[in-house]
Amino acid sequence: MDTAFEPRILAFVCNWCAYGAADLAGVSRLQYPANARLIRVMCSATVSPHHILRALQSGADGVLVGG
Amino acid sequence: MNIELLTLTELAGLEGEEGNFTATLRQQPRYVDLDRCIGCGLCAEKCPKKVPDEYNAGLAKRKAIYVKFSQTVPLKYAIDRDACIYFKKGTCKACEKHCPTGAIKLDDEERLLTRQVGAVVLAAGFRPYDPRVLAAYGYGRHPAVVTGLEFERILSASGPFAGHLVRPADHAEPRRIAWLQCVGSRDTHPDSHTYCSGVCCMYAVKQAVIAKEHAGAGLETTIFFMDMRTYGKDFERYYDNARDRLGVRFVRSRVHSVDPLAGDGRQVQLTYVDEQGARRRESYDLVVLSIGLEAPPDFRDLVRRLGVDLDRHGFAAAGSFAPVATSRPGVYVCGALAGPKDIPYSVMEASAAAGAAASRLSEVRFTRVREKTFPPERDVTFEEPRIGVFVCRCGINIAGVVDVPEVAAYARTLPHVVHVEENLYSCSQDTQDRMSEIIREHGLNRVVVAACSPRTHEPLFQETLINAGLNKYLFEMANIRNQDSWVHAQTPELATGKAKDLVRMAVAKASLLQPLAETELPVTQSALVVGGGVAGMSAALTLARQGYPVHLVEREAELGGVARRLLATWQGEDVGEFVRRLAAEVTAEPNITVHLASTLSQVSGFVGNFVSRLETPAGPREVTHGVAIIASGAREYRPTEYLYGEHPAVVTQLELDELLKGNDPRLESVASLAFIQCVGSRDEEHPYCSKVCCTHTVKAALEVKRRRPEAQVIVLYRDMRTYGPREDLYLAAREQGVLFVRYSRDRKPEVTAMDGRLQVKFLDPILGLPVKLPVDLLCLAAAIESHRDQALAQMFRVPQDGDGWFLEAHQKLRPVDFATDGIFLCGLAHYPKPLEESIAQAQAAAARAATVLAKPSIRVSGLISRVAPELCCGCRMCVNVCPYQAISFDETQGVAVVNEALCKGCGACAATCPSEAVILLGFTPKQLMAQIKTALAA
Repeated sequence: MDTAFEPRILAFVCNWCAYGAADLAGVSRLQYPANARLIRVMCSATVSPHHILRALQSGADGVLVGG
Repeated sequence: MNIELLTLTELAGLEGEEGNFTATLRQQPRYVDLDRCIGCGLCAEKCPKKVPDEYNAGLAKRKAIYVKFSQTVPLKYAIDRDACIYFKKGTCKACEKHCPTGAIKLDDEERLLTRQVGAVVLAAGFRPYDPRVLAAYGYGRHPAVVTGLEFERILSASGPFAGHLVRPADHAEPRRIAWLQCVGSRDTHPDSHTYCSGVCCMYAVKQAVIAKEHAGAGLETTIFFMDMRTYGKDFERYYDNARDRLGVRFVRSRVHSVDPLAGDGRQVQLTYVDEQGARRRESYDLVVLSIGLEAPPDFRDLVRRLGVDLDRHGFAAAGSFAPVATSRPGVYVCGALAGPKDIPYSVMEASAAAGAAASRLSEVRFTRVREKTFPPERDVTFEEPRIGVFVCRCGINIAGVVDVPEVAAYARTLPHVVHVEENLYSCSQDTQDRMSEIIREHGLNRVVVAACSPRTHEPLFQETLINAGLNKYLFEMANIRNQDSWVHAQTPELATGKAKDLVRMAVAKASLLQPLAETELPVTQSALVVGGGVAGMSAALTLARQGYPVHLVEREAELGGVARRLLATWQGEDVGEFVRRLAAEVTAEPNITVHLASTLSQVSGFVGNFVSRLETPAGPREVTHGVAIIASGAREYRPTEYLYGEHPAVVTQLELDELLKGNDPRLESVASLAFIQCVGSRDEEHPYCSKVCCTHTVKAALEVKRRRPEAQVIVLYRDMRTYGPREDLYLAAREQGVLFVRYSRDRKPEVTAMDGRLQVKFLDPILGLPVKLPVDLLCLAAAIESHRDQALAQMFRVPQDGDGWFLEAHQKLRPVDFATDGIFLCGLAHYPKPLEESIAQAQAAAARAATVLAKPSIRVSGLISRVAPELCCGCRMCVNVCPYQAISFDETQGVAVVNEALCKGCGACAATCPSEAVILLGFTPKQLMAQIKTALAA
């Protein structure tokens, strides 16, 4: 059985930059691992420490804030 | 809805006159029913006939039934009659057999349509130059020689090689690439063009930089050029960076032959003469010909039908003072059809043409407008969530990777989900209609679409909700294409798992969505224009003639700005006369209030509702306005070298214009005149090109030669940047005997005074020896520099770049808008530019401003912050963090208050508030927490 560690990453991404960049990665067909789940916010400033802590509490191995 | 899009259609004739034209349109058959085609692509998949794909410059194949490229509007297929087997042999009809909607219409016919219009805008573009006629370059004969357009497609991620940098003929990765500039441009060869195409230097530098990004630093890139013409905003920095940091090699030479290299015959050898006069040979794996732009050949017929004048190069002729007007009143032109130009300039001119046309048609404004009507909104406040999930296949874009039926089946198991559909293309019109019906039929009160990106498609689906009687904020998207199927194509199982997670997250958020209200705010339908130069006056007139009151503020006691000091445009029109006429029209215009010797001291408010304070000679005055246009100009740099200010015979360009205008007697004794270019430009203090000086010098040199043919005129330059049709002036100046000698930044000319007479010493690059030349007059092409008016920038809260130029919202796509709504930009305050460009920009800014003023009210997004006063402790942290000054503090109530019109919905306040008294609607703590928890719940 393959027990290689696969991190689960939660990303908070700004609608205007990082989310757009993730869209563009798609348009450009760039390939990357399917480990991250993106949450769109209207600005990375919306993300408070509470959100990050809650993500880690809920089982995320890593949190990315992109903005 | 107020744009009727007629594809495959040409203007066959135009009767009548400005304000009352009858346009005859000839529409070619598409052979596909626009209403039925859903753009699924099955027809193209089954079509047996392959032809070269013109969109990919012939480097790939397309089918006889096709869309030109994947983002076409409308996304509907068309049959290429010349290629189709059915139209040649009478059999096949594969497309008809396989079309799922019966959209194929093989009996489609050409149609003649007529439309009543008040004005016509020509925007037919250009044709890329075909370098086949220049045999020495080997294009069409040697597979290692491609055009700039072909290379553009090679680099493109959506191109024939998916952005992988290869030589098209054998798919080998090139290690050495050369670009040859001015192919078909700046060439007196009969099949070439004498004008400069204006965009190729920049596109070659860009291609070299991107090629290095794609292929790695090991790629050797060389650009062979005559003059590097990077004259646009930020272009010089891009060039400097490419040369000094990214290692793009620049060789100043015109390559004279391109030959196959002996051996495997895949490489080519370039032969050229270097700057020292030595013949050199270099071999390359790929040679890119930087082809220029030419007038589209079929345009000549169109123009004959329309009765519009052409210039000597076949482009639509336009004067400097009415830059988007053709010779026929009511017919306007924009983009490269009126001469070679780049994207920002074309986009700007498009707005200018709209503005120029609108200011002549203001009387009939809104007479033919159709308005959308929507059903009343259903109140769902007290209903349990009933969520509908639509999972899109996007043809094979999603369904080719993600198991869509599995995702749909999974969605049915999620809480509150009462209906799930799979769509082939969720965005097609018929699907939209069907979604509306499903929403009504199943009483859905929340909708989730799992498809592409909300950044592109959210507004479309929100309109579907509105049509179904739902508040548009009861909608959520799961991005299972751009952020899933497209980026995890190699791992379809993981992609399907991710799609399920994304749908689960979207459903969790959707169940907590609430209907949001969009507040309507009234618009003060008047404008404030800052700056009474040519740009400010032109903007004010364009708006005033559309019926909007304008306050025009000028700090000096007289209108006109820098243009008052100019002699003539590059086309030879008298600027002084024009400025006087323009100022008289502005003064006489009843809709314009001119405030001379006045400045702006305070601005408050927001789009539609500004209040500004003016300091006028009669005391302070308050004005209200809905929009503002910044046209505050720039100034000529005061040189600190070459004896300027020390010797009376050293003058700047504006000073020389004044001498010429006044027929100054000093000019009569001038036997020798020198110009030095780039004085204060393209250096450390001003690391940009001032754009207008080369043309101005050549024009002035010609004027001096006209008045005194025996005078010796010499121009010391770094790169001659007489871009576009201005190149003809440069050619004429050389024919008239004006000498052009190049100098480099590290060996500038030296100017001394010997017994009162000026002497210029410079290095002759051909002789390699210093030359001393006594001159009677020395004209310095001094830079144009910004006023660095930070007070003005702060009042409007708009940005400036490092050189003090006001920074537009987007350099290519929104060239006259600021990122702040309701504030626009034109003229020299944006960047150095010639008069006709300032005027076009002014018309464009006015047209953009009119899009705000034309409506009596504006709607504010529902995604804004809300303060719960009972929770607010009055700590004011939100007031301090708000980047838009949208939150104020109510001293009497002791709570923070959000100004809905200023709030941009960033949510910084919500994250800062220690007691969650501020929430961002549409992204509330509950909704975000639900997404976080469900993201990791699998």
